[in-house]
Amino acid sequence: MSCAAAEKEIIEIDGLGHRYGAGTDYEVKALEDVDLRIVRGEFLVVIGPNGSGKSTLARHANGLLLPTEGRVLVDGMDTRDPNRLWDIRRTVGMVFQNPDNQIVATVVEEDIAFGPENLGVPTEEIRRRVDEAMALVDMGEFSRHAPHLLSGGQKQRVAIAGALAMRPRCLVLDEATAMLDPRGRQEVLRTVRRLNREEGLTVIHITHFMEEALEADRVVVMDRGRIVMDAPPGEVFGRAAELEDIGLAVPQVIEVRRHLSDRGLSVPSSVLTVEELVEHLCQSRR
Amino acid sequence: MSMLRDITIGQYLSGSSVVHRLDPRTKITVVGVFMIVLFTAINAQAYVVLVGFAVLSVVLAEVPPRMLFRGLRPVLFLLMLTFALQLFLTRGHVLFTLGPLVATWEGLRQGIFMVLRLLLLLVMASLLTLTTSPVSLTDGLEAILGPFRFVGVPAHELAMMMTIALRFIPTLMEEADKIMKAQMARGADFESGNPIRRARSLIPLLVPLFVSAFRRADELATAMESRCYRGGHKRTRLHRLRATGLDAYAAAVTAGMALIVIGLRWWIPL
Ligand SMILES: Nc1ncnc2c1ncn2[C@@H]1O[C@H](COP(=O)(O)OP(=O)(O)OP(=O)(O)O)[C@@H](O)[C@H]1O
Ligand SMILES: [Mg+2]
Repeated sequence: MSCAAAEKEIIEIDGLGHRYGAGTDYEVKALEDVDLRIVRGEFLVVIGPNGSGKSTLARHANGLLLPTEGRVLVDGMDTRDPNRLWDIRRTVGMVFQNPDNQIVATVVEEDIAFGPENLGVPTEEIRRRVDEAMALVDMGEFSRHAPHLLSGGQKQRVAIAGALAMRPRCLVLDEATAMLDPRGRQEVLRTVRRLNREEGLTVIHITHFMEEALEADRVVVMDRGRIVMDAPPGEVFGRAAELEDIGLAVPQVIEVRRHLSDRGLSVPSSVLTVEELVEHLCQSRR
Repeated sequence: MSMLRDITIGQYLSGSSVVHRLDPRTKITVVGVFMIVLFTAINAQAYVVLVGFAVLSVVLAEVPPRMLFRGLRPVLFLLMLTFALQLFLTRGHVLFTLGPLVATWEGLRQGIFMVLRLLLLLVMASLLTLTTSPVSLTDGLEAILGPFRFVGVPAHELAMMMTIALRFIPTLMEEADKIMKAQMARGADFESGNPIRRARSLIPLLVPLFVSAFRRADELATAMESRCYRGGHKRTRLHRLRATGLDAYAAAVTAGMALIVIGLRWWIPL
């Protein structure tokens, strides 16, 4: 293990391949030759069409799945080492798509305590972590509520708090915004972005909503089990034709930008949001 | 919502009465002891003590009696049947005759005792769930069964199953309701026809419900694993159960009640 690398990178994936049902008639090659380095404090967004292997990749980040080829290092620990499995799982927290199917307890604070309870954290310390995690996702006032009565966005924030209570270094969200209404999505995204900026939490956000990729530090595009692009959002969405080839839509702003430049009004690729576009157009008219 | 709303399993009425504040372990033990003692009672004096204890518990719990009676309504028929069977099938001195049926004094006495026994059983069990939140009930059960782990009682697993069941009952009910409405919109009929037909009409409801329950179970297991769940071993808890002076009181009163009822068996034989 090289210490210099371990200090900068939280997750290192080298030549990762995964086959479901290896050796049976139903073998599915879900990942092939994936190399990916995730730097501490990074906000990474993963996009790709259905069945491209995003969830499979995510599940390798905390040892839910083990590589059939290559290796995955989390904070320098190999996910194939059974002695480090629990250290790995507490380093990388996971939030899944369906908010209903990841909340275990009948009271919000009891659910958030589930992780630390499993880790054998002493009672007083659990209390502290639960309160802290609830404050971080802005759910303090709901501590004694029943989870099934919360909105989708609130449930996902409880799920995020449940992961945070284990004090992870990295948070993986596997389409955590997919089942939410626009308001719930906003709630969750705002929370995650703040955690990334203020707490320095590394975030890997898998999504089908291209707009959510615009504010990432880096966007990874997957197709048929491989990484086909790995670049900042401006660059990725600049290659609109390639994205459309693999069946991904381009965010509306990018679309508008392209139409404008087709008509001879060039807009720099650094313009990624509606506000930026409006500002740019107003200035260029003067 | 439709008929599914009426199903309430172990309803809880939040409050701050003396009984609410008791440690769940105490409450479970008291109810357990009460039930055992109930079956040793064979004379009127013993029943007076038992009824007194139950009335005292209900009063201290500050639970509206109407809540308790509502829980008894579904078993009313069972109680009447029990009474009738005891009344007519016990041999002894004739009280009155009704066609071929002979009611006896001994039967009357047995019938009253039996009905009282069932009533007391139900009242105390309902009182337990009415005054103990599902969370503390589960914690209490886990703590009480804990020592029996060594003879193979999976205390933690049982408690976890209960927690998950309680957590998912509302979710699955909501889903069942949604499926029912969707099927009704397509012309399904759940409410008419004979019982067999009605049962058959539930199949299009149950199949999707089961499929989804299995998917949920699978996803929940993955989420639990991600949060480092590995069974009860070395697990700590957010809330620790703490017994107070109140619990000592309750234990003393219950012990006294048990001794008197059992003692009455010998002091006043029949
Ligand atoms: N448990 C499994 N057993 C067998 N094959 C699987 C399993 N899970 C996924 N696959 C297959 O592996 C491939 C990648 O699936 P994966 O779920 O990682 O894709 P995804 O990018 O997350 O898709 P989606 O956008 O639909 O969530 C797909 O072809 C899928 O059918
Ligand atoms: Mg997926």
